[in-house]
Amino acid sequence: MSDTIIRVENLGKKYIIGHQAQTHSSFREMLTHQVSSLGRKFLPGKKTSASNPTREEFWALRDLSFEIKQGDVVGVIGRNGAGKSTLLKILSRITEPTTGRIELNGRVASLLEVGTGFHAELTGRENIYLNGAILGMSRTEIKRKFDEIVDFAGIEKFLDTPVKRYSSGMYVRLAFAVAAHLEPEVLVVDEVLAVGDAEFQKKCLGKMHDVSTQEGRTVLFVSHQMAAISNLCPKCIVLNKGQMEFYGNTQDAIHYYLMQSKETNRKSNDLQVFRPSWAQPRIISARILDEQGDEQNKFPLGSNITFELTFQTPLDQPLKAPVMGVVINSATFGIVSVVNTRMSGYWIYDGPYYSGTMRCTVKRLPLIQGDYNVSVWAADGPTDLDTLSDYLTLTILETDVYGSGHSPFQQGALFLEPTWEIANTSEALLLT
Amino acid sequence: MVNKGLVIEAGRSEKHYWHDLWRYRELFYFLAWRDILVRYKQTAIGISWALIRPFLTMIVFSVIFGSLAKLPSNGVPYPILVFAAMLPWQFFSSALAESSTSLITNSNLISKVYFPRLIVPAGAVIVSLIDFLISGIILVGLMLWYGFVPGWSILTLPLFTLMAFAASFGASLWLAALTVKYRDFRFIVPFIVQFGLYVSPVGFSSSVVPEQWRLLYSLNPMVGVIDGFRWAILGGQAQIYWPGFLLSLVLVAVLLLSGIWYFRRTERTFADII
Repeated sequence: MSDTIIRVENLGKKYIIGHQAQTHSSFREMLTHQVSSLGRKFLPGKKTSASNPTREEFWALRDLSFEIKQGDVVGVIGRNGAGKSTLLKILSRITEPTTGRIELNGRVASLLEVGTGFHAELTGRENIYLNGAILGMSRTEIKRKFDEIVDFAGIEKFLDTPVKRYSSGMYVRLAFAVAAHLEPEVLVVDEVLAVGDAEFQKKCLGKMHDVSTQEGRTVLFVSHQMAAISNLCPKCIVLNKGQMEFYGNTQDAIHYYLMQSKETNRKSNDLQVFRPSWAQPRIISARILDEQGDEQNKFPLGSNITFELTFQTPLDQPLKAPVMGVVINSATFGIVSVVNTRMSGYWIYDGPYYSGTMRCTVKRLPLIQGDYNVSVWAADGPTDLDTLSDYLTLTILETDVYGSGHSPFQQGALFLEPTWEIANTSEALLLT
Repeated sequence: MVNKGLVIEAGRSEKHYWHDLWRYRELFYFLAWRDILVRYKQTAIGISWALIRPFLTMIVFSVIFGSLAKLPSNGVPYPILVFAAMLPWQFFSSALAESSTSLITNSNLISKVYFPRLIVPAGAVIVSLIDFLISGIILVGLMLWYGFVPGWSILTLPLFTLMAFAASFGASLWLAALTVKYRDFRFIVPFIVQFGLYVSPVGFSSSVVPEQWRLLYSLNPMVGVIDGFRWAILGGQAQIYWPGFLLSLVLVAVLLLSGIWYFRRTERTFADII
């Protein structure tokens, strides 16, 4: 096919990961171990077994095959360790595949990080040139777009200041501005939009949108933000453990992805995969309950819903002031609601709590029908302790909530319960 | 753009490599420019450091080897004798020191963007070359001071500079690639540089080495380079020991070619292990 711009066939990438065979309690022990293993190295006859137990193969990607057509904007989603970044790295030729092949029919620019190669000692002006060159722009190309870049970043006044004196916001804006003015045929973008303030993120997304729709470029976009993905990409690839599990329409892909993570959780009951790196394991279970107190995740519109979390602490770190938070995420809109005990004025100070169950009940939840993910979050006073991101799923079913024979349209995120009024003023109009 | 129909495959030796290197020449230029700019940022006397360091070393060596040890100089002012060797040696040693760690200091680039990795150590060597050219001014100053007029042989200096470049670049490629995998080389390189200063004929003329050891002594490729520099600058007053020089020349060629070979072989895995 002539309009295929990326063709990936049986792509695989293997890493060898080393394990510490045993821990040495003393330097002397370590030395003797080193010496004996050196001995083994040089005396192959003494080798105990062919396979080395301290080295293990790990396939970050395996048997990946797909095609991307000219002008497609494709999202790549998957949980941590699914192989998303590895795929992008291979596509942008940073690392080479172990098996398989890729055919590329256009210039690829990769944006795996904003501000790659920025040098703190150099000025904004100098960094624009340097970063542009690193991203593959020619000097004349940068010169031509220089004003546009400066304008987009909004840093005219600081052009000749070393970037080490920039605020972090300015730094990111400048970095993204350079990257946004690349003109490759294929743009590969890793989660770079998760930086900067909300306003700038919006600007970035807008720019990405322009790049893909107006300029007709092919874009591969990795993100954890389902809202960004569903706004930008009509198609999506779902990766799981290095393999492609789904390739198609984004709404279906997101649905598949969310179901898949729920299923994995059911099977392994491993909360750890839902924890960001900073979280300490405190929450031991979380559930959504209906009015009868039964676990449930499908509710009619306007139900009373209870979110519950149970925590347990190590004996030396009980909670003094337990705080619970609930975040409701929509695939389409991102976060639709955040609520926690502190903000709604429910303060508890009567610790220590070594374990406990907290419940948050919401009367007549005003969410429109659809699928949502719910994160639960626990803190001790001002200290964030644990969160399970998108751990719970919540489905709101379409029902005749108004009792009118019609259900609300599946548009927007909320349904409102209005009272209507009309005053007939035609009489006054006719009299004049 | 240029790389229409690019194929990425495991272990594929890229046909495009040298072509790519040419396409990325601007990046090469920018990286070298960055290193030069950054090198003397926030220093009070800036680029003068490129003059002061070799100048002071030259004085110390002239005093120790010329005035105290009274080594022979064949009638040439000792400072000029020392400096003719100091130039290529400083170039070689700073190229080694800079480029061996260049890949690691640029690891953020290596792991986030593609470009021919050869650019990074090459840029570091170029920066040293520029320092070398600047400190050449001192040599001119010394010649004026002592009223020393070089012969026609000075015209061959570019050839020996090329040889110094080849030696530095070859060694740099080896060390840069090895340092990525074995950080031990971060400790080894300063040692090589320090040790090399004394085993190379920098502070003394290589004619002080006994005749029967000259060939063995020339196994150090910098011996050939330094002898060449002395011959070009001092003219007839410094003799080249030809068998040794040719041996050095061959070794420099081997160093350069094997350096490129090893670097090309390992660079594909840099992003994975850096």
